Amino acid sequence: MTSMTSAMTTASHRDAMRGMGKTTFKVRDLNLYYGKDQALKGIDLDIPANKVTAFIGPSGCGKSTLLRCFNRMNDLVDICRIEGEILLDDENIYDRGVDVAELRRKVGMVFQKPNPFPKSIYENVAYGLRLQGVNSKSVLDEVVERSLRGAALWDEVKDRLGDNAFGLSGGQQQRLVIARAIAIEPEVILLDEPASALDPISTLKIEELIHELKEQYTILIVTHNMQQAARVSDYTAFMYLGDLVEFGETNTIFTEPEKKQTEDYITGRYG
Amino acid sequence: MKQWYKSGAPWIWLNAGAVAISVIMVLGLIGLIAVRGLSHFWPAEIVEFQVGDPELGLGTMVVGEHVRSQTIPVQVARDAGISVPPELGEGDLVTRHLIKQGNRDVTGRDFAWYPELQMSQWQTPPDAMVLERREWGDFFGYPLRLLEDGEVVAEGEGLWDELQARIDRGNELFREIRRIERRDVGVISERMEELRLQQRGLQRDPDIAPEALADALDRIESEGASLQDEFQVLREELDVLRRASQRDVLVASVAGGEEVEINVGEIVRAVQPNSLSLGGKVAAYVQQFWAFVSDEPREANTAGGIFPAIFGTVTMVLLMSLIVSPFGVLAAIYLREYAKQGPLLRLIRISVYNLAGVPSIVYGVFGLGFFVYTLGGSIDELFYADRLPSPTFGSPALIWASLTLALLTLPVVIVSTEEGLARIPSSVRQGSLALGATKSETLWKVVVPLATPAMMTGMILAIARAAGEVAPLMLVGVVKLAPTLPVDGSFPFVHLDRQIMHLGFHIYDVGFQSPNVEAARPLVYATALVLVILIIVLNMTAISIRNRLRERYRAASD
Repeated sequence: MTSMTSAMTTASHRDAMRGMGKTTFKVRDLNLYYGKDQALKGIDLDIPANKVTAFIGPSGCGKSTLLRCFNRMNDLVDICRIEGEILLDDENIYDRGVDVAELRRKVGMVFQKPNPFPKSIYENVAYGLRLQGVNSKSVLDEVVERSLRGAALWDEVKDRLGDNAFGLSGGQQQRLVIARAIAIEPEVILLDEPASALDPISTLKIEELIHELKEQYTILIVTHNMQQAARVSDYTAFMYLGDLVEFGETNTIFTEPEKKQTEDYITGRYG
Repeated sequence: MKQWYKSGAPWIWLNAGAVAISVIMVLGLIGLIAVRGLSHFWPAEIVEFQVGDPELGLGTMVVGEHVRSQTIPVQVARDAGISVPPELGEGDLVTRHLIKQGNRDVTGRDFAWYPELQMSQWQTPPDAMVLERREWGDFFGYPLRLLEDGEVVAEGEGLWDELQARIDRGNELFREIRRIERRDVGVISERMEELRLQQRGLQRDPDIAPEALADALDRIESEGASLQDEFQVLREELDVLRRASQRDVLVASVAGGEEVEINVGEIVRAVQPNSLSLGGKVAAYVQQFWAFVSDEPREANTAGGIFPAIFGTVTMVLLMSLIVSPFGVLAAIYLREYAKQGPLLRLIRISVYNLAGVPSIVYGVFGLGFFVYTLGGSIDELFYADRLPSPTFGSPALIWASLTLALLTLPVVIVSTEEGLARIPSSVRQGSLALGATKSETLWKVVVPLATPAMMTGMILAIARAAGEVAPLMLVGVVKLAPTLPVDGSFPFVHLDRQIMHLGFHIYDVGFQSPNVEAARPLVYATALVLVILIIVLNMTAISIRNRLRERYRAASD
């Protein structure tokens, strides 16, 4: 029964993707276990390039876990075990020879709570480049300015780049973290509920920022907030209890979802 | 009543009471030490009185400082051979006074008890003076005249000012003599020792050709002769200085009128406390206290200052911090960040924590057995074989004292560093990892800087424990009297192989090993006060560094 549903959903996902252009990630039969508990069940998914893909679903549905698979952050969890593959540029990121640090440079991530480093604003943004051995002042200056402009933060902090990043407000810190992520020019940015700890105005700024960023980056966002998903994303994936229930263009998902489950969730009947 | 109990007020009272008692105990302790220690330097009044049975007309004059009084039962006084009027019954009490009369060279004892019954004609003569001398303790008496090469140069008016000027000259000469003895003679004897070692090395060397050996020995001998000449020159210089310092003689009278000649070169300081104004007393007080913290000890540590002990304590604690912080921090990082959590790690952690409970003397024994004999002995064999059998590192020394203390304080540093690391939010680590940092890059660039306040907390606890430790140090490098400081101007500047003096041990030595209990008593309090102040200063420094770090990383640890 389960396998039949799974096969059917897989087929319909492929249909949904037919109209898309280039893809970044190809997820193939991904299963993830925490010890004995299975957290992701046979996920098949193609992530379109230079689009915003939102993951929605009730708490505990596995959307954050799936997001963390894309830059292998789940490796940090000792009891986590992964089967299946995720292809980035036709290479499985879970292959033995993959340099995880290199992967994470290509796939940046922004977390739920702003997590600036105990350094100056400037050094926070320059951190990723310094890791790569870039220490030239002129290069760093340029990248810091460009990244802060890219994260719509430059005008607010340009006069105090030397100040400690902890002096910024929560919303500014979150944009700083985004600037830090785009400073190393990743291909993909993963956003894990980036606005859930912010006030409505800061949330709005982050959402505007996401709109601008998708010109250059593929963006994957996990959100609890369905309005937000509807506002910012081009594609939406609805997950439930580790299954990918439905995936398609955001418009379609929100107006005429194929599955009853999706409809129930979107109309607020549970979740 | 029940209402009151239910309101929780008793608990508040109980807790507040506990705090109050702690505060009172701490303040009382510091207050006692401070009052006893600081009052020692105040120029006390000099009293003169007659002792003896006034009815019989027998009496001797006594001049000195009143130290303290005591009341004793008549029976005890009678047993001590003091004549007590027969109308006093057995239950009555009599008072006796402890007088510091100095003049150990004249009277034989510088502290004496006198019963009040026998004391009469108390007065405070304005010209009574106390002389602090390099030997034989203090002198109490009256200045009469000043002689230069046997000729009277000052008497009566102007004597006191002339005396002060000549004491200054004598102190100047004394410093010069010390400097030559310490530095110049020291350098020559070091070089002679070097030559001796070269000679021994050559004579032991089986491969050396006989002609080469003879040549080398000749060279060594001629160098030795030239050193001897240099030494001779210095000795003559010293002789001149010593003679110069014996030029002036002060003639003074002691209690009872007897005249005594005192070499001015032997006098450190002369004070007439009875004729001093308040300002003069304050100046004398400051001078005395400064001399106490900046001078070397004299007369088996019962007089003079404690500077070498302060210096030794600070050097040892700083060296200990330098050793223990990298060790403790690295160990804690491994335990918390890299080691696989499991029963073995738990065992190691419990062992480390329990090390903090091992009595410190056990560390002393370990330090002596392992560091001094085994490690130091091996170093001597490998690098200083020429000097054997006289040890270089194979005897108690500064480095071993610091290492032993480092071992003693290691658990404290490890525990606080581990706690600090555990408190760093994982979101910060993930943020760094998500930017493509490796685990060690994340650790050193983000996690460890955030944990520095916790490491400083460990250092503060370590310093507090190490600076006050005495027992293990007696075994591994602290001595009663060290001839030289561990840091000086001669190569290699920090002498790890030297023995040091230490305030804690100094207290023990002066307080319990001293032949002159009464003279030592105030010094024990004063030294204890200096030790407490020193620990407070060291701790305050560490705390201010920590607070600055905390301020910097404030938001991340919230």
